Amino acid sequence: MIEILDAGPGATVQDLGRPGLMRWAVGRSGAADRSSLRLANRLVGNELHAAGVEITFGGLSFTTSRPMLVALTGATGPLLTSSPRAGFATPFVVRAGETVTVGRPIHGLRTYLAVRGGITVDAVLGSRSTDTLGGLGPPALTPGMLLPIGATPPGPANVPPTEVAPVRRHDDALSLRVVPGPRDEWTDLAALFAAAFTVRSDSDRIGTRLDGPRLPRRPGELPSEPTIRGAVQLPPDGRAIILGPDHPVTGGYPVVAVVVDDDLDALAQARPGSSVRLRPLRRIPSWP
Amino acid sequence: MTVVGPTPRQIRRYGESGLLLEMAPGEEPHAVAAAISALSLPGVIDVVPAACTVAVTVTDPAQLGPIAAIVRAVPRGEPARSERALVELPTVYDGPDLLDVAAAVGVPVDEVVRRHSSARYTVAFVGFAPGFAYLTGGDPTLQVARRATPRPSVPRGSVALADAYSGVYPTSSPGGWQLIGRTDVVLFDPQTDPPSPLSPGVIVRFVPRTA
Repeated sequence: MIEILDAGPGATVQDLGRPGLMRWAVGRSGAADRSSLRLANRLVGNELHAAGVEITFGGLSFTTSRPMLVALTGATGPLLTSSPRAGFATPFVVRAGETVTVGRPIHGLRTYLAVRGGITVDAVLGSRSTDTLGGLGPPALTPGMLLPIGATPPGPANVPPTEVAPVRRHDDALSLRVVPGPRDEWTDLAALFAAAFTVRSDSDRIGTRLDGPRLPRRPGELPSEPTIRGAVQLPPDGRAIILGPDHPVTGGYPVVAVVVDDDLDALAQARPGSSVRLRPLRRIPSWP
Repeated sequence: MTVVGPTPRQIRRYGESGLLLEMAPGEEPHAVAAAISALSLPGVIDVVPAACTVAVTVTDPAQLGPIAAIVRAVPRGEPARSERALVELPTVYDGPDLLDVAAAVGVPVDEVVRRHSSARYTVAFVGFAPGFAYLTGGDPTLQVARRATPRPSVPRGSVALADAYSGVYPTSSPGGWQLIGRTDVVLFDPQTDPPSPLSPGVIVRFVPRTA
């Protein structure tokens, strides 16, 4: 067990989500920054899809019932603990009863905690992720919550003396590649690519909301269309929203571009106030 | 099964690993989605119909070309009605907006109930919340606007109307549709497989019952 002492502004259990269930209006959900969760799992010898904790803007404090091997990846900041080898992007042991507190990050937004054995709350539809929109999976973490930890997986867990993984930089100025369309005729792509956006503070796992110049937009609404993670939706007010892991499965705002998958993890680390630009993917593969 | 086609469809690119299909004249997105799903194409993650379009997403962008070629011309397999699942929803027509709907349509409450429960609906698509189905095929005289102010909490099982659609709130949630009744049928349970009896193409009837 690990016991949550403080959850900060918003911590949830996340794995890699529940793909392939959209016909029942169940979205994928899962870690917003998937590569950071995978790295944390790799560092403690877990399967890459094991469930960990997604910590939003720090503030998580926890203690353990027995010695546990853990790793923290993603957004970095101060770390309060008496664990001698504690750090980011490295496995370290938390002794029984010891407390670890993840401070507010200096770079990035979301920190991932993996525990050797994985967090084994009950899976819902094949995943332990909290879907904040669909209301699936475990509730968001609150103080006093106990999280079960699975059996130690086979394979080595050699604790190295220093960082073994590079600590990724989280830029406060992102340039994201997009594939234009499918509804780019609803705006002016040149204006979209020229705009300097900032991330709004009401952004969450459902979508990253952008401030900046109001983009031109045709009046009216589209009949509801399927939506996907990374879709750049344009509501009538001309302020773009980039859909996140807990996005609705259908929606009526035109999607004028889609952020490429490889850039979505970086977007998941964009803090409110940081700047975002969109640019066209240079080589868009053709089709028949 | 009636096979129509092959019908070329307009395809738009939907990100690196997705396609958005526009329907040929007369095609229903849920039927086209069912025909594509029935192919069980390797590497396809989701086939999602909506009001007028179908999205297909794949695991590897390199598959998109071949899959586009297949889904562009896949014959529309419209399963006969007798082959499609029928879900009956026993419904108590006592919703808080029933009088407003009757007034807006200009008929007595009994007539609203009669018209609503005589229709055979089809799940056109899903969205909004897990298990929420947009039902089409209702009586065209029952088209009403959404409420001016959405309710912060609509009870689970509420039977509701908005625009050309009927729907049932599978869980308690905020909502702006006009509530005309309620059903006890569980429309979303993540512990069952499938988690909802309603998926695109399923036929639905509302059967009036007394409280």
